[in-house]
Amino acid sequence: MRRLSYKTKEALAAYAFLAPNFLGFLAFTSIPVVVSFVMAFTHWNIFKQPFWVGLENFKNLLWFHREGGRLVPNDPFFWQYVYNTVYLMAGIPIGMAGSLIVALMMNQRMRGIVVFRTIYFLPTVCSGVALLILWKYLYNSDIGLINKTIRLVGAFIFAKKPVAIGATVFAALIFGVVVIGLIAALLAFLQWLSEKIRFTWPEGLFRALMFASGACIFILIGIYGRAFYNALSMFFAEPPDWLGTVQWAKPSLILMSLWGGLGGYNMILYLAALQGVPSSYYEAAEIDGAGPWQKFWAVTWPMISPTTFFILVMSIIGGFQGGFMIANVMTGGGPAGSTTTIEYYLYQTAFEKFNMGYACSIAWFLFAVILVITLLTWKLGGKVVTYE
Amino acid sequence: MNRVGLGIKVGFYIVLSIGAITMIIPFLWMVFTSIKQPHEVFSATGAIKFLPEHFFWRDTVINGEKIRAWWGNYPDAWREINFFRLYLSSIFVAVVGTFGQVLTSSMAAYAFARLSFPGRDKLFFGYLATMMIPSSVTMIPVFVIMKHLGWINTYQALIIPGLFSAYGTFMLRQFFMGLPVELEDAAKIDGSGYIGIWSGIILPLAKPALATLTTFTFMGFWGSYMWPLVVTVTEAPRTLPIGLRYFVGQHATNYTQLMAASVIALIPVLLLFVFNQRYFVEGIKLQGLKG
Repeated sequence: MRRLSYKTKEALAAYAFLAPNFLGFLAFTSIPVVVSFVMAFTHWNIFKQPFWVGLENFKNLLWFHREGGRLVPNDPFFWQYVYNTVYLMAGIPIGMAGSLIVALMMNQRMRGIVVFRTIYFLPTVCSGVALLILWKYLYNSDIGLINKTIRLVGAFIFAKKPVAIGATVFAALIFGVVVIGLIAALLAFLQWLSEKIRFTWPEGLFRALMFASGACIFILIGIYGRAFYNALSMFFAEPPDWLGTVQWAKPSLILMSLWGGLGGYNMILYLAALQGVPSSYYEAAEIDGAGPWQKFWAVTWPMISPTTFFILVMSIIGGFQGGFMIANVMTGGGPAGSTTTIEYYLYQTAFEKFNMGYACSIAWFLFAVILVITLLTWKLGGKVVTYE
Repeated sequence: MNRVGLGIKVGFYIVLSIGAITMIIPFLWMVFTSIKQPHEVFSATGAIKFLPEHFFWRDTVINGEKIRAWWGNYPDAWREINFFRLYLSSIFVAVVGTFGQVLTSSMAAYAFARLSFPGRDKLFFGYLATMMIPSSVTMIPVFVIMKHLGWINTYQALIIPGLFSAYGTFMLRQFFMGLPVELEDAAKIDGSGYIGIWSGIILPLAKPALATLTTFTFMGFWGSYMWPLVVTVTEAPRTLPIGLRYFVGQHATNYTQLMAASVIALIPVLLLFVFNQRYFVEGIKLQGLKG
C-alpha cells in the first residue's frame, strides 16, 4: 500500500477530530432546523398526522383582519406578548451602563478586588430556578423582604400623624433633588453633544432652562405637596403586590434582571476589554493634559466600543428568547398575560396545546427578528464602532 | 484608567461595597430563612427578623414547647421530594454532559484551529451561522426525534442533544489560535501524533479556556429547565430545577424547607465557580471578538 501524503494524513486526522462534534451538530442542529422550517408550513397536533397548510400558520400569527371597520390582528395575544418581550428589555441599557461602571471600578489595582469580583458574579453563577424561587419570595406582598423593608421605612418616616408641613417640605426636597439631578444629567449630556457636533448653545439658555425647571418642580410640589405626601405614605404603608398586579409585574422583573445583570458576564466582558487597552494610550493622553473624563471619552470609550456593541447585540438577541423560566416559575405568565413572552407562548403552544406547526412558525418569527437585528447591527455597527 | 487618587479609591470601595451588600442580601435572606421555623416566616407585620430566633444544634424544650433544631429543615427538605434522587440525576447529567461537550468541542476546535483540510473555512462559517439560530427553532424537532427514538423520560434525552456545541467549539478555537506554534513543532519533530499534540500540548496550555467553558457548560446543564421539563414525564430522570418547581407546587407555603432545598441546589455551581473563577477574565479575554 502506498504511504499517504502528509497533507492527506492531516486532513484525515482533522476529519476524525471533527467527526463527533460534527455528527452531533448535524443530528441536533442542522437537520432539526430544516425539519422545523418544513413543520412551520403544516398543521400538526402531535397525536395525528401532520398536513400541509402552506402559509396559514404565518397568516394566523402575523396578519390582520377587518372587524367592524377596524384592523384586528388574527392572534392578538401574540402581539401583546411581543410587546411584553420588548418592554422587558428596557433594563438592558441601564444594566450595561451599570456593568461598565462596576468594571471601571474593578479595573483598579485595589486590595481585595477578587472578593468583589466573586461577589458580583454570584447572581450569575447561582441563576436558575432556585434564584427565581428566592425572588418570588422576596417580592411576596406579605412576607417578602422587599415589602417588609418598605413598611419598616414607612413606619420610620411617616410615624407622626397628622401631616406636618415639615414632612411635606422634606418629601419635596428629596423629590426635588432627584429631579434636579436628572435635569442636570440631561443638560450635561446636551453640553457634551453640542461639543461633539461643534455647536455652541447660548450659555444663558442653559441656566435659564435649569432654573426654570427646578422652580417649576418646587412650585408643583408646593401645590401638590400634601397629595404627594399622602400618596407616598400610602405606598409605604401598603406596598404593592409586585408580581401580582399588571402595572408592577414587568417593572419588578426588570429590577430583578438589573440586580443579576450588573456584575455578570457583561461586567467580565467589559473587564477583559478594559484590560486590553494599552496603558501607553493613557500615558499619551496624560502628556496632552487630559483629565479623567477626557481620558475616558477619548481613549477608553472608543477602545471598548466593540465590546459595548457585542454586549448590546447579544443582550437584545437574548432578550427576544428570554422569559420562559421566569414566567413558568414565578408568574405563570400573568397577571392577565402581562409577563408572557414570545418564548413562553411558544412553549405553551408546543407543549401544552401540542400545536407543533404553529409553534414552529413562532420560532421562525423569532429567528427572523434575530436575523434582522444581527444583519442591521453588522451593517450599522461598522460605522459606529471603532476597531483598533 | 490605571492611576487614581486615594480619595477616589475610597469612594470606589464604598460604592462597590454597597453594591456587594445588595448582591449578597437576598442570598443571606435565603440561608437565614432555611434555618428558621415556619412561624418566623409568616409574620407579615412587625419588624424584619433577619436572623432566626434559635440557633440550636438539637431540638430543645422551652416552656414546655419543643423547638425544632434549625438544621431540621435540611433533612426535612431532603426527604420531602425524593431530593437525593433528583440531586444524583442532576449531578450525573451535568457531569457527563459537561465532560462530553468539552471533549467534542476541544477536538473540533483543535481541527479548526490547527489542522488544514479541504472545506475548513466554509464549515467553520456554517458553525458560526448556526449560533444565530434560537434554540427554540431546533427544540421542537429534537423533541420529535427523541419521541421517535423512544428516549422521552431517559437520561439520553437530557444529555445527548447538549453534547455538541457550536459555541464551545468557537470559543476554544479562538483560544487555541492564540497559542504558540513552536511547542507543537517541537513535539512533531519528537514524533508525536495528532492525538499526542492535542492531549499533551494544546489542552494543558488551554487551561483557562477549558476551565471557563467547563464552568459555563456545567452551569448550563445544572440550571437547565426548559429542556428537562419538555422531555421528562415522571420523577425518575428529572433534575433538580424541575424538582424545586415541583416542591413549590406541592408545598406552596413551606418556605423554610424550600429555601433549604434551594441552598443545597446552589452548592455545586458555587464550588465549581470558586475553584475556577481566577481563570475567567483570562479565558474570555483571549477569546477575542475579532475572529
